[in-house]
Amino acid sequence: MDSNILAKIREDFPILETEINGYPLVYLDNAATTLKPKYVIDRLSKHYLYETSNIHRGVHFLSQQATTYFEEVRDKVKNYLHGNSTWETIFTKGTTGAINFVAQSFGSLLESGDEVIISQMEHHSNIVPWQMLRDRKSIVLKVAQMDERGVLDLEHLESLITEKTKLVSITYLSNALGTINPVDKIVEIAHSKNIPVLIDAAQAIAHITIDVKKLDIDFIAFSAHKMFGPTGVGVLYAKKQLLEKMPPIDGGGDMIASVRFDKTIYNTIPYRFEAGTPDIAGVIALGAAIDYINSIGLKNIEEYEHELLQYGTQKLSEIKNLRVVGTSPDKSSVISFVLNGIHPHDVGSLLDSKGIAVRTGHHCAQPVMEFFKIPATTRASISFYNTKTDIDRLVDGILYVQSIFE
Amino acid sequence: MNQNELYQQVILSHNKSPKNFGKPESFTHWAEGFNPLCGDHYFIYLTIEDNVIKNVFFEGEGCAISKASASLMTESLKNKTVEEADSIIKKFHDYMTLSEGDLKELGKISVLSGVKDYPARIKCATISWHTMKQAIETPVSE
Ligand SMILES: Cc1ncc(COP(=O)(O)O)c(C=O)c1O
Repeated sequence: MDSNILAKIREDFPILETEINGYPLVYLDNAATTLKPKYVIDRLSKHYLYETSNIHRGVHFLSQQATTYFEEVRDKVKNYLHGNSTWETIFTKGTTGAINFVAQSFGSLLESGDEVIISQMEHHSNIVPWQMLRDRKSIVLKVAQMDERGVLDLEHLESLITEKTKLVSITYLSNALGTINPVDKIVEIAHSKNIPVLIDAAQAIAHITIDVKKLDIDFIAFSAHKMFGPTGVGVLYAKKQLLEKMPPIDGGGDMIASVRFDKTIYNTIPYRFEAGTPDIAGVIALGAAIDYINSIGLKNIEEYEHELLQYGTQKLSEIKNLRVVGTSPDKSSVISFVLNGIHPHDVGSLLDSKGIAVRTGHHCAQPVMEFFKIPATTRASISFYNTKTDIDRLVDGILYVQSIFE
Repeated sequence: MNQNELYQQVILSHNKSPKNFGKPESFTHWAEGFNPLCGDHYFIYLTIEDNVIKNVFFEGEGCAISKASASLMTESLKNKTVEEADSIIKKFHDYMTLSEGDLKELGKISVLSGVKDYPARIKCATISWHTMKQAIETPVSE
């Protein structure tokens, strides 16, 4: 990315001007949550300042206006994911909310002995809901393996499939390792046996162009806060044909067509799945976040982040006694690493003392840590507002940490 | 070390060469402590005779703060009566989690005072102390 453009982009994120412990902030915790551009915050506050109103239930101007802005975001999501009228946008609280909804609603259609396949590199939010379903409905949860690089073993995945398999649920981009999974091949394998696929796009959403049409994804889940939007909002984008068969989980206002004490008739999709007043401002701000990404161009973002990732990986591998965890040839945005003899929490605290924000721990992926036989890693995760200078400061920070522990 | 009072020399050296580290051949009490959030994992082995903690060992893996805290703790609790140990553990715990009192009277342990200002790290400092309390209450079953 042109350095002038980069400088302009950085101005969109006022938080980048703050100092942490006396140093200008280097924010490398984008996989946990991304920073928010002023444009998105302004959209949020514009709603609350001048447009506040509930949706779907008023004839007055403000209510109709809010409804229009809210509903427009379904189309923005559709365009962002390259979908069409085959799919529908359902607003949730986040990726976790979306996956739990599928586990409860689609899961209620499964029978004892039916199988769900996940992978070894899933975030806890794509493990625990299925375990809960297993305990509720006696389904079988199967786990596709990965290799030492953090690459999914597709042959193993395929070998797990039986006539009892009812869903394959896999992450697009691993938050702990940075692995990009071959979603096209996963879908091909599953669809050859008529099994729908859920893709956890929590990480992918801000880093990879996703074409649900080309990939033919059945369910895809993501969170607004990992794509420069507000917390508390997410999306399940799913094939209508599947949604039509799925029961609502929450009951209440907005999800009904008519309510009588002897019988209630549910609303159509997507409203049937969105009981109660949603995070209206949050959804509208998600729309603004999508517009913001589009104004930079996801293709440009991918290109630049790839360059940054290469640069960072190169620089970090030059550091003695450092090992990168997750070395798939197909990676994005995440560098997880361990330092010999120094616990990641100490690394995190000492980097913080230099104004560098990284994440340390198991990254809600304990099975990944177990696989690599480590308690935790330090994770630097990038976004398009990061610079090579940020990487250089990280490298200096790591050298500083090592000097303290010498 | 300028702004980093967290990683004082004493802490770093206890991390590098922890005292009373390893599993003794015999012990009368023991416990295991684990923090799944960060993977800190420790074992405490005690020999308690006539109500006195004659010997303390610890073993395990974790960050520098947790290891140094465990090491310092073993030094300070050796040859204390169970009641004295309980009172030291309580003082340490109250200081770390409730900001009550101070660590000065606990001698060397006071190098850990700074940890209190880093909420994310308090558990690192206290894990071995919790485990110690549990060990005192857990005789080895035959
Ligand atoms: C791969 C992956 N899946 C799911 C989630 C859960 O997202 P949220 O907490 O926004 O629901 C995360 C967040 O860290 C993630 O990285």
